Amino acid sequence: MADAAQSKPMDAHIQESGTRRDFLQIAATALTGIGAAVALWPLIDSMNAAKDTLALATAEVDLAPVQLGQRLTVKWRGSPVFIDHRTPEEIQAAEAVDVSTLRDPQTDAQRVKKAEWLIVVGVCTHLGCVPLGQKPTDPRGDYGGWFCPCHGSQYDTSGRIRQGPAPLNLAVPPYQFTTDTTVKIG
Amino acid sequence: MAAAPQQSKIVRWIDHRLPIFTFMRHELNEYPTPRNLSYWWNFGSLSGIMLVIMILTGIFLAMQYTPHVDYAFDSVERIMRDVNFGWLLRYMHMNGASLFFVVVYIHLFRGLYYGSYKEPRELLWMLGVVILLLMMATAFMGYVLPWGQMSFWAAKVITNLFSAIPVVGDGIVKWMWGGFTVGNPTLNRFYSLHYLLPFLIVGVVALHLIALHQHGSNNPLGIDRKGPQDSIPFHPYYTVKDMFGLGVFLIVYAVFVFYLPDALGDPVNYVPANPLQTPLEIVPEWYFLPYYAILRSVPDILFIPAKLAGVLCLFGAIIVLFFLPWLDTSRVRSARFRPVYKWVFWLLVIDVVVLGYCGAHRPEGWFIVAGRLATLYYFLHFIVLFPVIGWLERPLPLPTSISAAVTKKSSAPVAAASSMEKH
Repeated sequence: MADAAQSKPMDAHIQESGTRRDFLQIAATALTGIGAAVALWPLIDSMNAAKDTLALATAEVDLAPVQLGQRLTVKWRGSPVFIDHRTPEEIQAAEAVDVSTLRDPQTDAQRVKKAEWLIVVGVCTHLGCVPLGQKPTDPRGDYGGWFCPCHGSQYDTSGRIRQGPAPLNLAVPPYQFTTDTTVKIG
Repeated sequence: MAAAPQQSKIVRWIDHRLPIFTFMRHELNEYPTPRNLSYWWNFGSLSGIMLVIMILTGIFLAMQYTPHVDYAFDSVERIMRDVNFGWLLRYMHMNGASLFFVVVYIHLFRGLYYGSYKEPRELLWMLGVVILLLMMATAFMGYVLPWGQMSFWAAKVITNLFSAIPVVGDGIVKWMWGGFTVGNPTLNRFYSLHYLLPFLIVGVVALHLIALHQHGSNNPLGIDRKGPQDSIPFHPYYTVKDMFGLGVFLIVYAVFVFYLPDALGDPVNYVPANPLQTPLEIVPEWYFLPYYAILRSVPDILFIPAKLAGVLCLFGAIIVLFFLPWLDTSRVRSARFRPVYKWVFWLLVIDVVVLGYCGAHRPEGWFIVAGRLATLYYFLHFIVLFPVIGWLERPLPLPTSISAAVTKKSSAPVAAASSMEKH
C-alpha cells in the first residue's frame, strides 16, 4: 500500500479525501435534509399557542366581596386561580414554617404581595389536577391549605407542597393590585 | 404471471394490466398455511375486522360530531338521541375500542406463548408493537373527544406526563395543548389526529401482512413447514375458520353493544368537562389500567424523581417488547416444548392482571406494595427471566414435522407424508 501510494500520489490523495463528486453528494444530501427539517418548523410551530390565545392572558378580579377566611376561584388562561383571603391565624401558620424543611423552599413573604391575599394557580404540580379546599366543606389536608384528590398531595396555607408526590409549590401567577380591592392577574 | 385460464376474458384483460387477481389468488388460494392452526390464530384476522368496523363507524360519527369545547359534549348527546341509529354507531365505536384491545391483547399473548416473535419473524413482531402503540394513542385521543369529565382530566393528566421530561418538558406540554391548559386547540388537534392515526395503522397493518406472508404463519408446534403435506391453502380452509370465529366474536360484541353498552366505560364521563373541578377519582379505561398502575407505582429511583421514573417505566413497558426477539435466548418457539417457560408464561398473564387491578384502585396501603412488586416482576420477566430460562431450560424433543405430529394416530399417512418431504 505504501509503495503504491508513493508511486501514485494523486490516486492516494483521492482515496483518502474522496472525490469532488463525493463532496457534492454529501453537501447536497445534507442541505436537502436541513431544508426539509426547516420546512417542518411552520407545521410544528402552528401547534403552539396562537396569538388570540395569548391575548386572553389577563383576568381582573374584584376582591371587595371576599370575606375574611373566604376562598374564591377565578379562571385565568383556562385554569383555576385560587384567591384566599387569609385569616391572621393562617398567615401566622404560613410564616411560622421552617423553610429549610420544605421540598420547594420559599418563605411566605416571597409568595404574597399583601399578606392577607394569597393568590396561586389552582393546578397541582404533580399531574395537573385541581386540589380541593376552596369550599369550607372540602378536605384541606393536614396543613390547612389544599388537598389534591388524585394522588394525595397536600399544600399548606401558603400553597406550598408539604406531603405527597407533587414536586413544587402551587405556582404564583404574575399579578398586581390595580386598586386596594382590585387585582389584575396576568 | 397470467390469470388462471378458466377465468373470463375481462378478468384476464384486467389481470394482464393490473395483476390484482393473480395477487389475490397467490395470497389467498395458493398461500400455504400450516394445517394445525388452532383457534388462537383467529385473533389476527379479528383485529383486522375490528379495525375496519372502527374506521367505518368512526367516519359516520365524524359526520355528526362537533370538535369544539362548547359543543362537543352536546353533539355526542345529539348523536345518542336525535341522529338515526346514532346510538348504535356510538355504542359500536365505544365498545368496539374495548373489544379491539381484547382481541389484540389475546393476539399478543398468543405470540408470546408460541414464540411467534422468533427468527425469522422479528420484524413482523416489531411492526405489531408499532401497531399497538398507534392504537393506544388513537384510543386515548378518541376518549377525549366526547369532552366529559374523564375525557378532560385524562387529557390533562396524560399530557402532563410529558412535563416530567427535564428542561424541555414544560415547553412540550404547552405545545401539545396549544395554549395554557387543555382547551379548544387541544380538542381540535386530538380530533384531527384521531382521524389520521387509524389510517397510519392500516399502513402498518399492510407491512405486518407483507412480513407475515414472507414466511407464513407460525403454528402451535412452532416448527417450520417442511413441505406441502404440512400446509393447506388459506382459502377456503382458514377463511371458513376465521368466519366461524368472527360469528362467535360478534355475539360477544353484540351483547356489549345492545345489553351492556356502558359496562366498560366510566359513568363520570357523562358529566360535561369542567376545567375547574377534578373528579374524585381519575381512572383510565380498563385496557390502560396495567400501564397506569406502573406509572403510579414507581418510587424515586436513585437520582430520578418518581414522576419521571414512572413515565419512563410506562413507556419502557411497551418498548421492552421491541427487544423481545433478542431477549428470549431459547431457539424453541412453542411453549409446548418448553417445560419451564410453559408455566412462567402464565406468571406474566397473572402479573398483568394484578397490575390492572392495582391501576383501578387508589395507590394506598396494600395497593402500593402490590403495584410495586408487580411492576418489578413485569420488567424482571422480560429482562431477566426470558434470557435465563432460554439458557437453562432443556426443551422437549420437537416433532419431525407438522404432519407427523398431527396425524400420528394413523401411522400410514405419516409414512406417506414423510416420504414426500423435500429437504
